[in-house]
Amino acid sequence: MSWLPVSSAATLQAIIAIASKDLLVEQRTKTAFFSSLVFAILVLTVLYFARDKTSVGDLDLAPGALWVTFTFAGMLGLNRAFVLERENRAMDGVRLTPATPTAIFLGKVVGSLVFVGTVELVSLPVFILFYDVPIWRELPILILVIALATMGFVSVGTLFASMVVRTRFSEVMLPVLMLPFLFPPVVAAVQLTRGILAHRPLSEYSGWLSLLAAFVIIFSTFSLFLFEAILEE
Amino acid sequence: MGGVITAVALVAFAGIYVRALMFTPIERFQGPAQKIFYVHAPVAWAALLAFLVTGILSLLYLIMRDRKLDTIAAASAEVGVAFAVVMLTTGPLWGKPVWGTWWSWDARLTSTLFIFLLFVGYQVLRGALHDPEIRARFSAVMGVMALVLVPFIHVTVYWFRTLHPEPVLMKPERPSLPGVMLVTLLSSVAVCTLLYVGFLLMRYSLAVLRDIREEEMVDGIS
Repeated sequence: MSWLPVSSAATLQAIIAIASKDLLVEQRTKTAFFSSLVFAILVLTVLYFARDKTSVGDLDLAPGALWVTFTFAGMLGLNRAFVLERENRAMDGVRLTPATPTAIFLGKVVGSLVFVGTVELVSLPVFILFYDVPIWRELPILILVIALATMGFVSVGTLFASMVVRTRFSEVMLPVLMLPFLFPPVVAAVQLTRGILAHRPLSEYSGWLSLLAAFVIIFSTFSLFLFEAILEE
Repeated sequence: MGGVITAVALVAFAGIYVRALMFTPIERFQGPAQKIFYVHAPVAWAALLAFLVTGILSLLYLIMRDRKLDTIAAASAEVGVAFAVVMLTTGPLWGKPVWGTWWSWDARLTSTLFIFLLFVGYQVLRGALHDPEIRARFSAVMGVMALVLVPFIHVTVYWFRTLHPEPVLMKPERPSLPGVMLVTLLSSVAVCTLLYVGFLLMRYSLAVLRDIREEEMVDGIS
């Protein structure tokens, strides 16, 4: 089967090459990164005021605000990964290389993971500052949740971004197709974040953690296999 | 063929309503409002069936690459949107007098809302792609992904709710049905399934005609 890596070393090399190519383009302009970051900070600010402060406390609002921010900011980054390839039909060039569809998909995923991860990493302290959440002791588990949810988000997003880039309205189309798929991981991540911020023991919300992990495993696998059907010409 | 089946199903559907209104007793707790149940539940079944057909045919398309599978999947999705709209409008009409609210974020309601949204997304994607081959492949990918997603949404909402105290006013569980009502319901389910098949066949022959015309236009240009 063609999606199986011919040799794992060559695949790994191709993954790194594609991811670093995307990141290099981003590093030279930094437009998408700063736009996503500023966008994230703006969403966090707007959401802070979008409530009645006397009845909804900071800690009640914080988990939802964090994940809405990450979701929207991440979506800006995902579209970028394939819009890059649309100009001058660069995707044809990528396809002409010996890289397998698997390697191209994983390369795109790694590139977007680094991009979205960096945006999240920078906006997380802003979130902690703005919402005044006492989180330092639980930070590792929160980062694990963020890493898991981002992984699921990015693999599904990469698949959909690769499709919508072929349409004329990719910016509008991506959220319409993708948001239903973000519903389970985002709800699970919000519930987990709520538990973490309230300093509840992990056993109380381990169900959500399993749901999130199951989503990531199943949807990353499906995205990986279905990507080949997107790429063929 | 599709037209005949649709006509038969529509007549039978009118018959179902005569039976539901005249010959099925009024439910003791819910009153006359419960009559909408005989259209709501069967239509919901048809929408779910349409969704399953689209998802499974999408998967088969990716394996077998037969254009016919894609055309049927698309037809099923379009018919599914129609059934989903009826389901989502009759549901609140029934819910308001019985539950006391138009909408409740119960697992079944949320899943069906997402099925509707996924159907619409599927159609939007198809509408935005012009090359029939690419359209078939991409929408098949979307169909398969949606099929895997819906159980996840169901579990998510189910857990979300069970972690909260159960509402007192809204009880999503339906009472078990007495025999007469069950017969009305089951015949309505059968009729809706027939209606689905009729619509599907009509929609399919329309798509085939459209494909022929598209090809003729392409031939005419070249």
